[in-house]
Amino acid sequence: MRQPGEKINRRLPPLLELRRPIPPLWYWGVGLGFIGFFLLAWILVTALGLVPRIFLPSPTAVINELIRQIQSGILWQDASTSLYRIFIGWLISTLVAVPIGILMGNFHFFEGLFEPFIDLVRYMPAVAFVPLTILWLGVGDTQKYAILFIGTFFQEVLLIMDNVKTVPRELIQISSTFGLNKWEILRDVILRAAMPGIWDTFRITLGWAWTYLVVAELVAASVGLGYRIMRAQRFLETETIILGILIIGFMGLITDYIFKISYKKLFRWALQSR
Amino acid sequence: MSLPKLHIENVSKSFDLGREGSLLAIQDVSLAVHPNEFVSLLGPSGCGKSTLLMMTAGLEEITAGRILVDGLEVKGPGLDRGVVFQSYTLFPWLTVAENVRFALKKSKLSTAEQEERVRHHLELVGLSDFASAYPNQLSGGMRQRVAIARALVYRPQILLMDEPFGALDAQTRMLMQELLLEVWQKNRTTVLFVTHDVDEAILLSDRIYVMTARPGRIKAELRVGLPRPRKWLETEGSLQFAQLRHETLRLLHEEVRQGG
Repeated sequence: MRQPGEKINRRLPPLLELRRPIPPLWYWGVGLGFIGFFLLAWILVTALGLVPRIFLPSPTAVINELIRQIQSGILWQDASTSLYRIFIGWLISTLVAVPIGILMGNFHFFEGLFEPFIDLVRYMPAVAFVPLTILWLGVGDTQKYAILFIGTFFQEVLLIMDNVKTVPRELIQISSTFGLNKWEILRDVILRAAMPGIWDTFRITLGWAWTYLVVAELVAASVGLGYRIMRAQRFLETETIILGILIIGFMGLITDYIFKISYKKLFRWALQSR
Repeated sequence: MSLPKLHIENVSKSFDLGREGSLLAIQDVSLAVHPNEFVSLLGPSGCGKSTLLMMTAGLEEITAGRILVDGLEVKGPGLDRGVVFQSYTLFPWLTVAENVRFALKKSKLSTAEQEERVRHHLELVGLSDFASAYPNQLSGGMRQRVAIARALVYRPQILLMDEPFGALDAQTRMLMQELLLEVWQKNRTTVLFVTHDVDEAILLSDRIYVMTARPGRIKAELRVGLPRPRKWLETEGSLQFAQLRHETLRLLHEEVRQGG
């Protein structure tokens, strides 16, 4: 309750001070407002008929498409297939990247061995490998995994190498004074200390895998979120394209969140400043 | 005089700078630390005192000369030496008790004996109530107390300390110095302590080696005859302390002026 005679503070809180937190209401408000702005612009532009429907369909058309896809079961089929492909492609990449990244981060020999090759390959566009992978692996899911692998692995392995390198030297030195040999230090100290960083790398690289989905399903697919977009392009079904993009975005957001929440549960010791 | 616990014999250290040749950090240093003695290495920053400690710990290679612990040449890190760094080196994913216990990984003690050792050493540094806390819940002083308990828990022959209180605020540092003396009094062990703080060196040590600016050499050896047990308030006010302080500062200043 406001006391009688108390002045109502109508002044804005300080919003643009260097590094100063702003009230949560403002923080979330401006973020949602920014999205809302685009939504509103979309509604207005389409409702006023400023843009032909074939370039930009109305939100209603996209929602109708969503309902149609849910009812016909297409959405479930596409989403589950794509999720499975992404997970397997990312998992293969991760299973290879983790041991190699750890070796590279700890042994100069392996850094020298792998880094020039990885630096060379990682700027090659994954999309350019589509014809080659089809030639080599056929048109099945293996080819999709290969594209996701090419898109993810070469960045992931370097990130994991960096995660491992951030473990402080003193932590390794002190462990050796307790009589641990290098393999014990690697397992009991370096890996443990690097785990939160590696977990965050998993989150980031799984996000990249989502962005490579369309490339992976570009050719020789008959189901999947990326495939649905490519097919809609052929028939100029713009609302299907927009719906597909939005769904990929949302699913990426959800997997990102799962990693963020599990990070907080798993690595509470790493949360506060040291 | 008894056989020294630690013997540093004509040790030199140079760092390879590649194209620019090499940098002589330590030049022909010899010193001895006797059993249960508390000895400080005092010197201006960059004089190589930490490097000397790291070589003693077996964490840095020796360019020339040798270091002997109980007559045996140091070839690498070992359980006969316990180390405390200036920076925080606790494992953040382990609790206080688990951190101390970690140092017993290679010990042949039974689980019950290990538990008892950990309990005893946490009590020694006054952290029994924080056994299940995580490092990120502790203050800087408490973290260093855990580090000391962890370095003592496997009963090394020598405790090597590299400016362990350098990152702490002035009040906490004084408390920690007194705590260290108490621990050392109860747990008689040999200590080699690196610092650039004159007062700290005098309060703690039996002897002080003052080092020169780079390349580090032994400039002087001072005997601190102050009676023990020492406490800041009593010790710092004595005439003897003031005289020692003056003498040490004078020696150190010559070097700082030269180096700076």
